[in-house]
Amino acid sequence: MSGPSLMDSLFQRSLEDIIKGLRQQLIGEQAFISKALDEIRKEIKSTDLSTKSTALLKLSYLSNLHFHDMSFAAFPALEVLSSPRFSHKKIAYHAISFSFHDSTPVLLLITNHLRKDLNSTNEFEVSLSLQCLSRIANVDLARDLTPEVFTLLSSNKLYVRKRAVAVVLRVFEKYPDSVRVCFKRLVENLENSDPQILSSVVGVFSELACKDPRSYLPLAPEFYKILVDSKSNWISIKVLKIFSKLAPLEPRLAKRVVEPVCDLLRNTGAKSLLFECIRTVVTSLSEYESAVRLAVGKVREFLMDDDPNLKYLGLQALRIVAEKHLWAVSENKEVVIKSLSDADPNIKIESLRLVMAMVSEHNVSEISRVLVNYALKSDPVFCNEILGSILSTCSRNLYEIIVDFDWYVSLLGEMSRIPHCQMGEEIENQLIDIGLRVKDVRPELVRVARYLLIDPALLGNSFLHSVLSAAAWASGEYVEFSRNPLELMEALLQPRTSLLPPSIRGIYIQSAFKVLVFCLHTCFVRGGSIVPSASLNNLPAGVSASASYESFDEFSVENGADVTVVHGQTRASAPITKESIVNLLNLVELALGPLLGSHDVEVQERARNLLGIVDLTKPEVLNSSVQEKDDSEGKGVETSQIIKLMHDAFSKELGPVSLSAQGKVSLPDGLVLKENLGDLEMICGDIEPPSSNSFSFGSPYEEKDGLSFSNLQIKEDSEQSNESTSLLAEHRKRHGLYYLPSGKSELISNDYPPANDPTLQCDINDNDDNLVKITAESLVPKRKPNHGKPRPVVVKLNEVDEKPVAMKQPESRDGSLSGAVRDVLFGREDIPPTSSQSNLSNKPSSKRKGKEKQHTDPHLESKENVIDDGNSSSRRKDRSHGKERRHRSPRKKNFEERKDTDQKEKEKSRRHHGRHKSRQRAEEPLKVTAQTPVIPDFLL
Amino acid sequence: MIKAVMVMNTQGKTRLAKFYEYLSVEKQQELIRGVFAVLCSRAENVSNFIDAESIFGPDSCLVYKHFATLYFVFVFDSSENELAVLDLIQVFVETLDRCFKNVCELDIVFNYSKVHTILDEMIFGGQVVETSSSEIMKAVEEISKLEAASNAITLIPKSASGWRSR
Repeated sequence: MSGPSLMDSLFQRSLEDIIKGLRQQLIGEQAFISKALDEIRKEIKSTDLSTKSTALLKLSYLSNLHFHDMSFAAFPALEVLSSPRFSHKKIAYHAISFSFHDSTPVLLLITNHLRKDLNSTNEFEVSLSLQCLSRIANVDLARDLTPEVFTLLSSNKLYVRKRAVAVVLRVFEKYPDSVRVCFKRLVENLENSDPQILSSVVGVFSELACKDPRSYLPLAPEFYKILVDSKSNWISIKVLKIFSKLAPLEPRLAKRVVEPVCDLLRNTGAKSLLFECIRTVVTSLSEYESAVRLAVGKVREFLMDDDPNLKYLGLQALRIVAEKHLWAVSENKEVVIKSLSDADPNIKIESLRLVMAMVSEHNVSEISRVLVNYALKSDPVFCNEILGSILSTCSRNLYEIIVDFDWYVSLLGEMSRIPHCQMGEEIENQLIDIGLRVKDVRPELVRVARYLLIDPALLGNSFLHSVLSAAAWASGEYVEFSRNPLELMEALLQPRTSLLPPSIRGIYIQSAFKVLVFCLHTCFVRGGSIVPSASLNNLPAGVSASASYESFDEFSVENGADVTVVHGQTRASAPITKESIVNLLNLVELALGPLLGSHDVEVQERARNLLGIVDLTKPEVLNSSVQEKDDSEGKGVETSQIIKLMHDAFSKELGPVSLSAQGKVSLPDGLVLKENLGDLEMICGDIEPPSSNSFSFGSPYEEKDGLSFSNLQIKEDSEQSNESTSLLAEHRKRHGLYYLPSGKSELISNDYPPANDPTLQCDINDNDDNLVKITAESLVPKRKPNHGKPRPVVVKLNEVDEKPVAMKQPESRDGSLSGAVRDVLFGREDIPPTSSQSNLSNKPSSKRKGKEKQHTDPHLESKENVIDDGNSSSRRKDRSHGKERRHRSPRKKNFEERKDTDQKEKEKSRRHHGRHKSRQRAEEPLKVTAQTPVIPDFLL
Repeated sequence: MIKAVMVMNTQGKTRLAKFYEYLSVEKQQELIRGVFAVLCSRAENVSNFIDAESIFGPDSCLVYKHFATLYFVFVFDSSENELAVLDLIQVFVETLDRCFKNVCELDIVFNYSKVHTILDEMIFGGQVVETSSSEIMKAVEEISKLEAASNAITLIPKSASGWRSR
């Protein structure tokens, strides 16, 4: 290889030269390729077809393996295609089949080339052409070449025929009307004895049945015959695929096939066929207990196998079974749980899903405990997989399976401390969500929050920041449950908070604000109850004090909501003295002073607010502490007045308002919307709602707290001045009907058994056997002990209860295809002779160009005759039987279904070929009768 | 239906790529990279499946086999059987082996057209049409003969490639 030389100009480089050049890499790959591309651009314009085809081959190579666009060669490819030589044709077809697509401009020019080759006597040319058609066919190509495909469907060359069968799939998909022409012949091929043809036809039907199984029910007898007679595993697999789609639609069919499937299941030696049988049974024949038992037995063999593929597929099958037969999982739980520590990530994840499928309210805590321990030991990816599935399982349906929320909140805290944990945001959401929904858990929530906040090590982990923000918010919002607010304050203001991003720092400062107000309030307003104890120097003693409180934990958890009362009275909690308040104020000043110059507006603003209140109260505090016993009542009262107001502002529980609340309020008489907006501004005063949505700004707790941040903002706004607070109250009074009462739609479930069975609580070690044991115990329905703690109330909003309706719209394309198939299969004898019959044969021909007419019409007519003569009589008989038996089948359903398909059809016809509209309308009467699937009596 | 067939070596170089639905070359490259990123992180002696839905969208499975320096990757949807496709990879590799007598990566590198021909004999528009490696061999030989014959007609070959290609 050298630069431009005599050789280069005299001889074109072949593909092999290119490959060699690329491998030698003399001038670097990119440079070499762009040089080659330049050559190709020149060569491809050559008039000599050999040069052109070689250039095209080189270009396809570069496009295929080095991903260079080759759309510029679309026309040259067509030129090469017109060459009489096979080798050129092959190169051209190769290039076309992976570079042409629906919007290639020269696509329509290919029609005649394809037609010529489809009619060729050389089977390989026909094959190339069919192959190309199967890749690039669009509506026009499919329509124009339908007659050729139809002819080839009965070709006597097997090589061609099986490909013609396969190409039908694409032709049907692109041009559903071709069904009328080709379907009959396709079905005839089902009776072919040649396994290759059969394999091809069955393959096509399994694809078709995937998209719209109902239309193919009438062919069930043919498929059944194949299932029973087939010697080829490949064909059996495909037929099983078809039956797994058909069986759920027709119980009689399921009853009929269950026996042969079980026979296959017992007798086959091929793993692939065996697995397909298992899958068919567990997905579509799951009502047949004995069949499921048999299949699960085979699954067990898969699970025991050393081949990881079989193990993986076995687990997958088990997951499908688990939906209806959980016993199958519990029977195999040892294997499932052992697989959690398998080397293969697929197997691990699959078994994790199965373990999660076993979770119920009885065993959730044990399983979670073990899984968390697994998570601690496993690699980051799987660790987060575990955490994610615990989080999603536990929060499913508003924490349906959680009974002991104290336990769950502490689990959340524990999960966030796992080193690999990256689920911060989800944990954040759940912490806040639970805090809002479950009143009883708040003391524990504050305890967990404190636990997270006081650990300076956590601040360095950026994945935990969102958890910390939730913890900070909870400790501020529910500070009244805290045993040591002073310590909380210290945690919130610790110097390492500078590691946090500003938005979260803002939340910290805001929470510190709430804590401070709470402390001041306790000290001044409820001051009488607090005994000043100068000997206790609270701030430094915070940590040691907290250690001693640990012993109270059990106790306090038991007592639930009484915690504060208990601690208030026992004085074990750090008493808030004047002195400690002074320390507190100093601490705030010290920590926040530097933040007044912060570059972040949020942080600066909040710091300023907090320091403002410190400035306001500090003189009073100092003053009153000096002259404690003296008079100076006047000033003290004034300060406590302010503090009281502030405290009230914070402690007012803002009820949750559902997002759709406003929509439910009927428009009052005389209120003209979009007028008098000036009034609104007066009401709102200086509060600027951040978005139009939060017009109901009294309701910052929309049900999901991903919004917690903006909530806080709003909240802060409303607390910045007392005026706005009072305005808020005023607003609530005036527009009370916009607010929901907070306790509305609560669900109280009683008699829940305790999640933590004391006998099991002790074994926290994480070996497999343990989990096996646990699940073994918990899967056996226990007698519910009645003395359990009742499940706390979980506040629900109407929004959440509505399940998202995930109705997937079937593709509109299938609608018209299935419509066409149904016409062919059911509708023939019902056609009113005047409208549709004539339409069918006339319309297409009138739409077409003259020369195609000759091709199409004979086929169409002959085929229709065949159907009418051959099948209609027997079908009609079947039909009447079928109808008699189907008396029970709800007509309404059929009717709806028909409407559905019609609608889809209309959509489709509007979109793609509006000109068929009139015709489709003409067919509608036909469909009314055609929809009932007819299963011949053979099956009964 | 089979969605794609890929062969790549252990360095991530594509050796064969066939997508049965049209995809732009950029998209193809992205998918192949995505597959390789997962493949090369997998240990030996683990299962031959990869979760393909994150790469190819819903309803897709991926099966691969690792031979010497090459990964053979088949992507397909729920209308194929995983183990049957695994067998199909075996058939493909066996056929290559028969065709090139002890196939190695270089054979695939230098016989771009022939490898595609073999694959096309097996899989037709995403449908499997032939699973017998001797039938495939027969057809491939016929096609090669036909190509050679059509080239031999040329009296004055314009390019050197005419002589070289077998």
